[in-house]
Amino acid sequence: MRPFTYERVRTPSEAAAAAQRPGARFIAGGTNLLDLMKLQIEAPTHLVDVNHLGLDRIEETGEGGLRIGALVRNTDLAADARVRRDYAVLSRALLAGASGQLRNKATTAGNLLQRTRCPYFYDTAQPCNKRQPGSGCAAIGGITRQLAVIGSSDACIATHPSDMAVAMRALDAIVETIDGEGGERRIPIAEFHRLPGDTPHLDTTLRSGEFITAVTLPAPVGGRHFYRKVRDRASYAFALVSVAAIVQPDGSGRVALGGVAHRPWRVEAAEGELPRGARAAMVAILDGARPTHENAFKLRLAERTLAGVLDEARS
Amino acid sequence: MTPPDPIALSRRTLVAGAAAMTSAGGAAAAPAAATGTTPSALTLRVNGEDRHLDLDPRTTLLDALREQLHLTGSKKGCDHGQCGACTVMVNGTRIYSCLTLAVMHDGDAVTTIEGLGSPEAMHPMQEAFVRHDGYQCGYCTPGQICASVAMLEEIKAGIPSHVTEDLNAAPALTADEIRERMSGNICRCGAYSNILDAITDVAGRPA
Amino acid sequence: MKFDTPATSNPIDQLKVVGRPTTRIEGPLKTTGRAPYAYERHDVAPNQAYGHVLGAGIGKGRVVSMETDAARAAPGVIAIVTTLDMAQLPKGKMNTAFLFGGAEIQHYHQAIAVVVAESFEQARDAAGLIRVEYARGEGRFDLTAARPQAKPVDADGKQASAEEADERVGDFEGAFARAEVTLDESYTTPDESHAMMEPHATIAAWDGGKLTIWTSTQMVAWWRRDLAITLGLKPEDVRVDSPYIGGGFGGKLFLRADAVMAALGARAAGRPVKLALARPQVANNTTHRPATIQRIRIGAGRDGRITAIAHESLSGDLPDGQPETAVSQTKLLYAGANRLIAMRLAELDLPEGNSMRAPGEAPGMMALEVAMDEMAERLGLDPVEFRILNDTQVDPSDPSRPFSQRQLIRCLREGAERFGWAQRNASPGRQRNGRWLTGLGMAAGFRNNLVVKSGARVRLGTDGMVTVETDMTDIGTGSYTIIAQTAAEMMGVGLDRVRVRLGDSDFPVSAGSGGQFGGNSSTAGVYAACVKLREAVAQRLGFNAADASFSDGEVRAGNRRVKLEEAAAAQELVAEDRIEFGDLSKRFQQSTFAGHFVEVAVDAFTGEVRVRRMLAVCAAGRILNPISARSQVIGAMTMGVGAALMEELAVDKRHGFFVNHDLAGYEVPVHADIPQQEVVFLDETDPVSSPMKAKGVGELGLCGVGAAVANAIYNATGVRVRDYPVTLDKLLEGLPDIV
Repeated sequence: MRPFTYERVRTPSEAAAAAQRPGARFIAGGTNLLDLMKLQIEAPTHLVDVNHLGLDRIEETGEGGLRIGALVRNTDLAADARVRRDYAVLSRALLAGASGQLRNKATTAGNLLQRTRCPYFYDTAQPCNKRQPGSGCAAIGGITRQLAVIGSSDACIATHPSDMAVAMRALDAIVETIDGEGGERRIPIAEFHRLPGDTPHLDTTLRSGEFITAVTLPAPVGGRHFYRKVRDRASYAFALVSVAAIVQPDGSGRVALGGVAHRPWRVEAAEGELPRGARAAMVAILDGARPTHENAFKLRLAERTLAGVLDEARS
Repeated sequence: MTPPDPIALSRRTLVAGAAAMTSAGGAAAAPAAATGTTPSALTLRVNGEDRHLDLDPRTTLLDALREQLHLTGSKKGCDHGQCGACTVMVNGTRIYSCLTLAVMHDGDAVTTIEGLGSPEAMHPMQEAFVRHDGYQCGYCTPGQICASVAMLEEIKAGIPSHVTEDLNAAPALTADEIRERMSGNICRCGAYSNILDAITDVAGRPA
Repeated sequence: MKFDTPATSNPIDQLKVVGRPTTRIEGPLKTTGRAPYAYERHDVAPNQAYGHVLGAGIGKGRVVSMETDAARAAPGVIAIVTTLDMAQLPKGKMNTAFLFGGAEIQHYHQAIAVVVAESFEQARDAAGLIRVEYARGEGRFDLTAARPQAKPVDADGKQASAEEADERVGDFEGAFARAEVTLDESYTTPDESHAMMEPHATIAAWDGGKLTIWTSTQMVAWWRRDLAITLGLKPEDVRVDSPYIGGGFGGKLFLRADAVMAALGARAAGRPVKLALARPQVANNTTHRPATIQRIRIGAGRDGRITAIAHESLSGDLPDGQPETAVSQTKLLYAGANRLIAMRLAELDLPEGNSMRAPGEAPGMMALEVAMDEMAERLGLDPVEFRILNDTQVDPSDPSRPFSQRQLIRCLREGAERFGWAQRNASPGRQRNGRWLTGLGMAAGFRNNLVVKSGARVRLGTDGMVTVETDMTDIGTGSYTIIAQTAAEMMGVGLDRVRVRLGDSDFPVSAGSGGQFGGNSSTAGVYAACVKLREAVAQRLGFNAADASFSDGEVRAGNRRVKLEEAAAAQELVAEDRIEFGDLSKRFQQSTFAGHFVEVAVDAFTGEVRVRRMLAVCAAGRILNPISARSQVIGAMTMGVGAALMEELAVDKRHGFFVNHDLAGYEVPVHADIPQQEVVFLDETDPVSSPMKAKGVGELGLCGVGAAVANAIYNATGVRVRDYPVTLDKLLEGLPDIV
């Protein structure tokens, strides 16, 4: 961990001002940032502790949705009665992620911003375009079982590790931000995470110094909510594949996948296939997939996982 | 510090660690390494007692407890939030003390395994772990015990888990619930079955 | 004391303390966080500085240069020692890889520097400022590709011609060719990591030319000797102290870099230095269980009797390394007149392969016991009955050697009965309940019982307390408690009158913890020392030692009774002895046996496996403490689930390292993976094993579990996976079609 200075801010404007310092980073839960700082994968020189900004409330919006403060802890979000009732897919996704201790600390914004768990990203002796642009990708041709099957590039085959974001993608969440000048943006979650392309060091479309204040969920869409996370052990592990699904009584619905791409993967145009079954839907959702020999199983697994979800939805 | 020539890097030269790596937020500026870092003053209320510390801000809560306060009951198994041995309670909530900075907890109340009980006056959960042999090497044990004490409170507070069938009902105190909720604490000796018995023993007692 | 004839009755047989369920005597310390582990010894040496080890970033090659100026200038840095500062240090007797020194890199994350600083944060940061230039070498990282160069090795791991190395009984090839039913299959097991919860850690302090390390080791005497060799010291100038060890599983048997680097750092800094390997360094810096590729051939008559059995195993290691002896159980477990056992060892440039819990049998049984399941199916026999049919009470390759005890059949029958084995549907893939396919599987459990000489010192203090001192370690196995039980039984006192001090090289050399020999051997050593102390007590009190009995805090003979403490009222009595084992293990085959039974459920859509029930019925001699023995077995069963379902060090065959080198990437079972576990110990004593009549259990509990899980998965799904771990991707193809 490189030396840094530390500052605790009390208001969003203090935060915005502090963010102007070169090398500044916000820290909230810290569960991923500190992990990476210990390995010197992240090396901020100034940490701005935003935990005391009061952005830890979940409020109802005028449109009948929910506005989730950026600092709402994953545990609190999963346990919120409104989320459990109307956005169960989100509650389920959160509870499938990490561990109780991590969920108690990790925040909504931090969860969105967590970085890939690609082992080559984590090993600083290995080249990684995400960690060090232009250095190459050691994962390609290496151990890829956990890595992306779609939307990847010749520069990066990392996946986004979040479960929460997959559910939010299915829910059409909006990420709200402010910048140092007080400018506000509302970023649809579909546009929040990037595909790697030739700039895999950029995970999101956030601008420098831009600060997430909240995530807004539109009014509930009803239906039955599922989050099926498939992994090698029963808990406390990242997904091989996860399926967030909202299925309506008529068989229509929404599906987003985790564990397959550099961002939560959803293809709205493919969702019309859902009433025809998992195979038809997944062929459309994963059209253009470029798996490796080691992770090609994820295509079949995604299809079968969705089949299990649809089977349960019918029951 | 400038990043090394990437071509040279891929061929022969490697930077040990990643000091030169650019962070995603932009270029890492030259750190104030030459002068070191100014210690941060803070107060932690540890096991009911105010402890004043002057710390390198890089110090994790875990290292502050172990190296500064010599409360070595909280263990460092991985230092990366992957094992649970460092679990403590902060303001009553269980967290991994390795993934949080001590300075972020100025004014917080921290309960460690030493605060739960002593060999002469053990907490009921500590007694239950001894009775059911819920440990072997003992290294994950303080984390398991702190996690289990806080975990039972989480169930009481109605917080659901991955295995809770009905999200809209109060979670039940079942073996599967306990197993899932304790899964953030790895025991390589494999005492899980006995740990479950210990927790069930404590949880099943009338309050 | 020489143990060369089977034990007759002795004071242990009273079983007033030994054999009773006893909670761990150190339990209150461990559960309240007061038991001090290696890195936590703030009190033992003042002014401790912090070390951070830097690991090599290549798998094979040389260090060309190291630029340390920036690190030396970093705040708080006291000293830096790099591998280029000295020639390659000599290896300890038990080491395969060199631990430090010189430009040569043998494996990834090999230690190449230690940075010593005032604080942990400063040392870690400064280590990141060291720039290293490497010359990459060509490495051999792929076991399959290395097969053509693999050499025959004999049972002791020594290279020899195939004729000398391979063990043959009868005419395997002929009998196999004639057999009415045959099986010829290959199985693979991956590299596995011990993943003990406490990373390797040491505090080192010099006093002139004398070195003390407070460390985490299973084998105090080995570390002392090998650290002395490595640093060019006399063994008597090295002290090793290791009273609490946060798990080992074989990973702390042999001197590791943490001790060497702490010592070198302390010498350079002129201060005590503490350091721990960072978790992401552990998998590649230390040792691991090597991967195997095994071929098993079994031939049998239609009656189910095995006529031919062959087990061949290939594994790899660094030059001068050892094979994974995955074939060893196949020499002994089943009858059959014609046999072939063979091992091949390939040189690989991966990190050092070495012992991990039940080396040999753990991966060997994962293969053999699946082969037996497959063979039973081909024969149309129940897997339990097939094993019973092929039981042997003698060493199949030397029928003059009986087993000292062999209750395998009882383990299997009792296990089958308790587990409800009769309910198993012999046709695979037929039991479905909603989304779950369920199945039952079983395997025999087998692990040899080893005995190792072991010493102890016992004091009877003026306060009447009995104090045991031995360099034996307690790695979670329960040594503290069974040693206390042994001393209490022998001296006729309660556990509250016994103190146990372990893990200090100033104490008599013990067996140490490994190979499931520690419990039986170390208590036998304590027994021997107590026999001597009893003689000393008797002499001082004027008893004839042979007539005296020790119980209830008294020494008694005839009508005379004297309180034990009176013997030492004026002056402490001290006795020291060790147990040494004669040729009983040559005359008798000593092994431990189990029946492992497992029920699994497999998600018919995703292939996720959930273990629902587990049972082990064990026959392992006298059980010294049913509580800690049971814990050993459930812990091993848990490790067996890990090996079956998830554990695999993933090898990057281009760059030569284990990629998933932390506890997130290398998955071991968590609470949610482990169901209710039941353990039954058959009532057994084995007078051939030691005066304790006990045997090991800590590894028995692992051997066979992986296969039982794999067999249960087959029973549930009809998918036979022969490449461990049985992850869901290997099942998907064979699961029921989805609609």
